[in-house]
Amino acid sequence: MPFKKFVEIGRVAYIADGPCQGKIAAIVNVIDQNKVLIDGPTSGVSRQAYPLKQMHLTNLSVKFPFNASTKVVRKELEANKVDEKWADSAWCQRIKAKAVRKSMTDFDRFKLRKAKSQRNRIVTIALNGKKKALRKAGKI
Amino acid sequence: MGKNKNKGSPRNYTLASGVARFSKSAMFHKKAIYKFMKKKAPAKESKKKAVFVEKKIGGAKNGGTRMVRVKKLANDYPTAVKAAKKPFASCQKSHPAKLRSSITPGVVAIVLAGVHKGKHVIVLKQLQSGLLLITGPMTLNGCPLRRINQRFIIATKTKVDVSSVKVPDTLNDAYFARVKAENVKKDGVFADNKKQKYAPSDERKKDQGEVDKQVMAAISKHPEGALMKKYLASVFRLQKGQYPHNMVF
Repeated sequence: MPFKKFVEIGRVAYIADGPCQGKIAAIVNVIDQNKVLIDGPTSGVSRQAYPLKQMHLTNLSVKFPFNASTKVVRKELEANKVDEKWADSAWCQRIKAKAVRKSMTDFDRFKLRKAKSQRNRIVTIALNGKKKALRKAGKI
Repeated sequence: MGKNKNKGSPRNYTLASGVARFSKSAMFHKKAIYKFMKKKAPAKESKKKAVFVEKKIGGAKNGGTRMVRVKKLANDYPTAVKAAKKPFASCQKSHPAKLRSSITPGVVAIVLAGVHKGKHVIVLKQLQSGLLLITGPMTLNGCPLRRINQRFIIATKTKVDVSSVKVPDTLNDAYFARVKAENVKKDGVFADNKKQKYAPSDERKKDQGEVDKQVMAAISKHPEGALMKKYLASVFRLQKGQYPHNMVF
């Protein structure tokens, strides 16, 4: 399987660990095998060296020359609407959903259980109704 | 007095080796402590107390008098280490035990031990002994007005506003104290000592009904009152993949 996301100038990465955890930033330059210079002016990440191990590459990327200033990086990120694209992505939504699930209180868990069983009951009744009709018609 | 060249910096300071720059005697002179030393009062001549006193004793062959100690020696040569003194019992009575910050009146708690383990109950208040007063309410989960130690509950983040619930003052530690069964006289080796089955008194039933009525009203006022009642009637269980240290209660 070929690689599809590369560490390149302009690649947008999600920061999974460390002080900037949870934010996205663009790669401005590569320092060495393990560190890159990142900058996320639109997402609150100041320009800094960051270890690649603590970042996950996204499928978003923008174009700017290496070592471009924060002003240029900001302009490119805004022009490409990176923040909106990230927020709309399934990845971002999954992260938010996980956070909500983790912060559920015991009462929330109870309500979720009740809601799920109610929904399943409706589905089962509808399904059984359909099965009965098909069985009567001799189709199953 | 010359100009103070040292203004702002300390008189003495510790060197990198950990030792002070100036010794005690050097500091004595720097700080002019001789100016602030009080004059020594002349030593009072203490009255010499007699250790032995001569006392007359009877008996012809006993020498007439004997030197007796004024203060008797303690005749105490313990062979074992004395047990440490217990802290005063009144120390606990002076103030109730500190409560976890998550436990406040009206909070829904999960009971972890005892007959009612797993049940969701409402914490009403802390009694003088430090124990918490909880109630099911009885109609929802069968848990009566009861005392419980804060160690045996998990306080959830769910709260019910019980500021309008007035718990009668008669519901104190003495009210809930366990009644000791009267000693039955033993006739023979195996006496017919049947354990007295607990039956709630009429007073308890009355108080339970009164308090629960108010608590149920408070629950109904809650925006999710109907679901809250079902929640209180339910029992807490851990599912697969649920770990208490990873959960928010």
